[in-house]
Amino acid sequence: MIQFYAYKMLQTSKGTQPLNVSFNIEKGQFVSLYGNSGAGKTTILRILAGLTNAEKLLIEVDGEVWDSSDKKHHLSIQKRSIGFVFQDFALFPNLTVKENLEFALQKNDNKKIVEELLELMELESLQQSKPQNLSGGQKQRVALARAIVRQPKILLLDEPLSAVDDEMRFKLQDYILKVHKHYKLTTILVSHHLPELYKLSDKVIVIDKGKILKEGKPNIVFSEQKISSKFKLTGEIIEIIKSDIIYVVNVLAGNNIVKVVATEDEINNLKVGQKVLVASKAFNPMIQVIE
Amino acid sequence: MIDLEPLWLTAKLALVTTSILLVVALPLCYWLAYSKFKFKVVVEAIISLPLVLPPSVLGFYLLIAFSPENGFGKFLEEHFNLRLVFSFQGLIIASVLYSLPFMINPILSGLKNLPISLQEASFTLGKSKFITLVKILLPNIKASLLTGIVMTFAHTIGEFGVVLMIGGSIPKETKVVSIAIYDEVQSMNYHNANVYAGILLAFTFSILLAVHLINNKFKQKSLF
Repeated sequence: MIQFYAYKMLQTSKGTQPLNVSFNIEKGQFVSLYGNSGAGKTTILRILAGLTNAEKLLIEVDGEVWDSSDKKHHLSIQKRSIGFVFQDFALFPNLTVKENLEFALQKNDNKKIVEELLELMELESLQQSKPQNLSGGQKQRVALARAIVRQPKILLLDEPLSAVDDEMRFKLQDYILKVHKHYKLTTILVSHHLPELYKLSDKVIVIDKGKILKEGKPNIVFSEQKISSKFKLTGEIIEIIKSDIIYVVNVLAGNNIVKVVATEDEINNLKVGQKVLVASKAFNPMIQVIE
Repeated sequence: MIDLEPLWLTAKLALVTTSILLVVALPLCYWLAYSKFKFKVVVEAIISLPLVLPPSVLGFYLLIAFSPENGFGKFLEEHFNLRLVFSFQGLIIASVLYSLPFMINPILSGLKNLPISLQEASFTLGKSKFITLVKILLPNIKASLLTGIVMTFAHTIGEFGVVLMIGGSIPKETKVVSIAIYDEVQSMNYHNANVYAGILLAFTFSILLAVHLINNKFKQKSLF
């Protein structure tokens, strides 16, 4: 069980802004921190790991105080039972994959865990490679495996999937779930990828401008604005065509062109190149498998 | 036939200076790279002084400081029976100060160019600052270390002004090659001066060439 409270002034692109959050996490939970960049998600992970200080804070893990404002308790980074996967993976370029994992072993640790993780993460064939010869997805697996060698209580993932393509993302999500369950970890993931949050998390904490907006199960947290039988697309008008007495507006949304019918009155407000919102209510969307 | 003693003395001076500087530079660079000390820039500026200061100025101040006539020099002589003017020990101290930026700057920029997350990752894996420095940071700045070592060595070989001010030209004690060349020219022995100069030129050129070749290799291998 993790109890977390922190207050810290953050320097953001829009000036200073206080980070002021407090939350509890149950043992074994998979929690995601969701929010815009600059909201303070990464800072929360770093404070928990002891990599960043805060003006006021109280961190308690399984009844042990890791940090408190009065400085009476401060557990060094090295002594915290955490595994941290950095956004840039932070693999050691001078060591091979296997050596990167072995580096994380402590004095009396059983070396078997390294072999076990290499197997679990399907890295055996790469164990003698240097990190600079690996692909993004492989690096991510090594970073994940390395973070677990110490068998920490808490696994912290700082947007580990942002640098890989969608297909790789799905696979890596499976690896993350696998280790989360296999090693009975409490995992905190920073992400702003909605499908990912749905797939992985037991609980989502939505953070905006340094404050917690909402927290709870993903389907409850996002039910109000994100998911409904209403479709909303944003796009750009690329063409307006007159067709008899009505007009057809072509809107480019992502890679799709959406044709929208408009009357002459509506056309008066529209120009090619404008950013628009296309919304539709009360119809039955169809769902089809594409893979 | 030329006297080989100055060559030997020069090599000894360069070797001792480089070894001392390597030991001094590592903790100093670590501190400069990661400390949040407010007046760090002042320290950095002081370290870089020998890059722009005429060697004679540094030599002059050291001469004053080490002179047995004055406080510090007197103290050394009375308590340690150590005289730093016109002695090899004095040359070593002067060279260490004079070559300091040549060791510090490459190592410091090497450390600063490493992503901070490497160090943080090592900490989160339970490793101390010392282990992190020795096993992670230093092996990843091999090229910078090599540059620092070789530049310091070569620069010490090329010293003249500082040596002249504080060491003079005492055979077997302070008469290094650069001084020997000056002496030979003064006494019109152009042939000897030529041999000394040729040896210095060939030697320094070959170590610099070697360092550039090795560094190119490192760069191909490493991401940073």
